[in-house]
Amino acid sequence: MNFPADLKYTKTHEYARVEGNQVVVGVTDYAQDQLGDIVYVELPEVGREVKAGEVFCTVESVKAVSDCYAPVSGKIVKVNEKVQDSPDLLNKDPYGEGWIAVIEMKDPSELENLMDQKAYTKHVEEGGH
Amino acid sequence: MAGELKKTPLYPVHVKYGGRIIDFEGWALPVQFSSIKEEHHACRNACALWDVSDMGEIMVEGPGALALLQMLLVNDIAKGYPGRVIYSPMCYPHGGVVDDMMVICLENSRYLLVVNAGNIEKDFQWISGLAKYFWRVDVKNLSSDIAEVALQGPNSEKVLQKVCSYPLREMKYYHGRENVDVGGLKCLVTRTGYTGEDGFEIYTKAEDGVELFEILMEAGADEGLVPAGLGSRDTLRFEASMPLYGQELDENHTPLEAGLSRFVCFDKEFVGKEALMQEREQGLRVKLVGLEMVEKGVPRTGYKVFDETGEKELGYVTTGSYAPTLDKYLAMAFVPVQWSQIGTKLTVDIRGKKVPAVVVKMPFYRREGKKK
Repeated sequence: MNFPADLKYTKTHEYARVEGNQVVVGVTDYAQDQLGDIVYVELPEVGREVKAGEVFCTVESVKAVSDCYAPVSGKIVKVNEKVQDSPDLLNKDPYGEGWIAVIEMKDPSELENLMDQKAYTKHVEEGGH
Repeated sequence: MAGELKKTPLYPVHVKYGGRIIDFEGWALPVQFSSIKEEHHACRNACALWDVSDMGEIMVEGPGALALLQMLLVNDIAKGYPGRVIYSPMCYPHGGVVDDMMVICLENSRYLLVVNAGNIEKDFQWISGLAKYFWRVDVKNLSSDIAEVALQGPNSEKVLQKVCSYPLREMKYYHGRENVDVGGLKCLVTRTGYTGEDGFEIYTKAEDGVELFEILMEAGADEGLVPAGLGSRDTLRFEASMPLYGQELDENHTPLEAGLSRFVCFDKEFVGKEALMQEREQGLRVKLVGLEMVEKGVPRTGYKVFDETGEKELGYVTTGSYAPTLDKYLAMAFVPVQWSQIGTKLTVDIRGKKVPAVVVKMPFYRREGKKK
């Protein structure tokens, strides 16, 4: 399973890629594997303010409905419309074409609460709960 | 994985082929091997193999067998002859469904009933209870002695024929044969299935289950055969609009409400006949309908169904899913008859949001060349 070193991770299996004062958010390789074939992504509205840990998106696989939690607080400034027509992008390329949204951070110090690659890998190895 | 889960005789092959094991009705079974969608497409386009040993097998035999089955089951079992398979619901006196099953007529006085995993004990008690009133009939629960696999998809005949000398082309749909040699194993083979595709269900002794699975996997290596799990078993039967006990069928709904009137024979006596006749005369209260989502969203089992405005609650989704072959979001749902016309606009409450849907014809999927 692939967990890139340049990303930050949540316990609930979202990732955040920091780009200036924004983060690109999606679900991890582990999350997409656990969910199986993703068939629907309910995207958040652009402009919505979210708090860290708040549900900002719902991802549905054939078998399950899964909420995604915002890794950091801030404003949703962009969403990936492509995943509405091709939800399987989350399975095929979770860190690339399968990103979900871009959040403009309110408080970049929240990033310190997230896990790095090493900590997240350990979290997954311990069962991911 | 919890220790108390029952394992089918084929458990070792699930592990060997990398199945993701879950708890299904108390059984440890794989939900998928590669991916639900891949296994689904493999079955529609080539073939796939399932362990369905969780299913129950109840043998009913003796001179009184037919009379007992005629009373127990709503379909006409007298149409049966050795080698014929008949599908039938089994009702309570009030018309609700005990279970639905395949009746394999092995001989004129020997029938094998194939029942749902979650209902084995209930069915056995129900059948045995009624059997007491019949002369010379023996009811045995053989469920733990038998392994069953389902080989489904357009390439199934080709795969099975490689390891079996019986000319399968001569075996018609809903027919079967005992003591067929499959790679050296004695099997009961029926041309039946739960996917909407051509295919076979193959029964053998529990201890030969693993070998049977491996023989078929090897025979299918060049025909695109893949091992498949519960996930695709459900999406395939759902797309073919086949009912699942506990969802489309239960003790609160009659076979008529579930759209199974073609399997109810009113020209004989059976348990539940009075209730069903009354229902037929007075008209149905509710009906099982097919729904297609007009806007994107996955309708799931138990979600509530409303009218077009989203104000009046009408019923609920029995099964809902993304349908991989049709690439649509579909559902089956119970709604009052006055809302069941094809084209009726309804909404499904998807986690608080009323998403538009329309009543469509079932089955959602029917394979090409299959007679109606």
